Amino acid sequence: MVSLLDIIGPVMVGPSSSHTAGACRLGLLARNLIGGTPQRARVELHGSFARTGEGHGTDKAIVAGLLGFRPDDERIRSALEIAEREGLAFTFEKTKLGEEERVHPNSARITVERGDRQAVMLGSSLGAGRILVSEIDGFPVEVHGSYHTIVLVAEDVKGSIARIAGIIADDGLNIATLRLTRKERGGHAFMVIELDEAPNDEALRDIRALPWVRWAHGLVKVSG
Amino acid sequence: MYRSLREAIRDAEARQLSLARLALGVESSDQGRPVEEIRDALRRALHVMRGAIGDGLSGDHRSASGLVGGDAAKLRNGPPGPLAGTLFRDVLARALAVQEINAAMGVIVAAPTAGGAGVLPAVLTGLADAKNIGEEQLVDALATAGLIGAVVAVRASLSGAEGGCQAETGAAAGMAAGAGTEMLGGTPAQVGHAVALAQQGTLGLVCDPLGGLVELPCVFRNATGAAIALAAIEMAMAGITFAIPADEVIDTMGEIGREMDVRYRETAGGGLAATPTGRRLARERLVQIKRS
Repeated sequence: MVSLLDIIGPVMVGPSSSHTAGACRLGLLARNLIGGTPQRARVELHGSFARTGEGHGTDKAIVAGLLGFRPDDERIRSALEIAEREGLAFTFEKTKLGEEERVHPNSARITVERGDRQAVMLGSSLGAGRILVSEIDGFPVEVHGSYHTIVLVAEDVKGSIARIAGIIADDGLNIATLRLTRKERGGHAFMVIELDEAPNDEALRDIRALPWVRWAHGLVKVSG
Repeated sequence: MYRSLREAIRDAEARQLSLARLALGVESSDQGRPVEEIRDALRRALHVMRGAIGDGLSGDHRSASGLVGGDAAKLRNGPPGPLAGTLFRDVLARALAVQEINAAMGVIVAAPTAGGAGVLPAVLTGLADAKNIGEEQLVDALATAGLIGAVVAVRASLSGAEGGCQAETGAAAGMAAGAGTEMLGGTPAQVGHAVALAQQGTLGLVCDPLGGLVELPCVFRNATGAAIALAAIEMAMAGITFAIPADEVIDTMGEIGREMDVRYRETAGGGLAATPTGRRLARERLVQIKRS
């Protein structure tokens, strides 16, 4: 459904809603995966991101997102220098993440490290600032960043969805959508749970305490 | 939100509402948010638009590549032309101002996109300031513009990569023409004609930025897009009607966009980007960006 505020917005630092605002949102989601500013980040740019990213400040925008700046934050302009001061070491590479028709032209793979936490995220900027994360740590997902989201990897045990849904309800959160992917039966299952409210620490702590949950992250929405 | 301007105009007439009020009501029920909250968000967008206009007119903002910047100030302070001292010249200056700020990585409102962000604020604030129209009417006008843009988004496209510049500055011209017409007292039917009159004038417009950067000709396309919007408002307010309904003009824009060669859809493979000068400038400027 198209919203008036999607059309009259977002408020953003220029010059491109896809190459700047969308790129910043991808950086924000990658930061969310490791719970704060990474110490190291490797960014692989694909397609149009690789070809015209420098002129659009795509590099600055992704680093700004990793630093926690939102698309309307004027510090995006000096994000590369700020990253140096804040101890974020980053590298940019141009790469081909797949065949042209299979990978969106504005895509990036972002690998981030913070302490003992690491995450790899593949995401695309779809235009008008909208984004899609299609892979996290090798698991196919569909995260748009327009909802607060919990992503988690769990062993494929019976009743896992009911347990997690119960914890979320007990902690006062309302589920908007829930999707489950698994690589094979009995293997690891990947859950993407979109919420109406931001995930609180209690819910994340309770979910992480389940013995069959490998890891869980709370992603605060980055658009909408 | 509506998928057809014809239906929106019909409902507005039946309920004796402006398209702005109709759009705010529909958005409120679509999103489950009170109307006042939506108006607040639009009011914030308006303040950012005014900020970008002010900054762009006052300063000499160059883009990272140095290809564009400083031309809004020339319209404000430079030698007079045939439109000196008119609303028309002021609107052109405002459109350049917003787009120069965008190219310089300043803060703008993507309405509908960053590349077409200059048209709507230039036309609406230019008209409002010239005619002493207040903030609440400008907020209404942004709601009308959002309704028109939403219809274009579902029927055609708002992306230069999908539909060429007719889907960015062309759509922005349609939004500005319709919203401006209503803000000046036009009826919902006149809004429809204003949208059609503006968009018919941008059909086929390609997206051909040098080096793929949102700079040249984007900055100037926003000024000419604003000019087309003003022309459409003037005609619609005079009672001129356009025989093809706005929905069908928008559908035509979508059809042309789908047929448009990929060279003319934001790839810098054709149009002005592929001219000898366009290629040379892009090469030189991209080297400069890497050095900076």
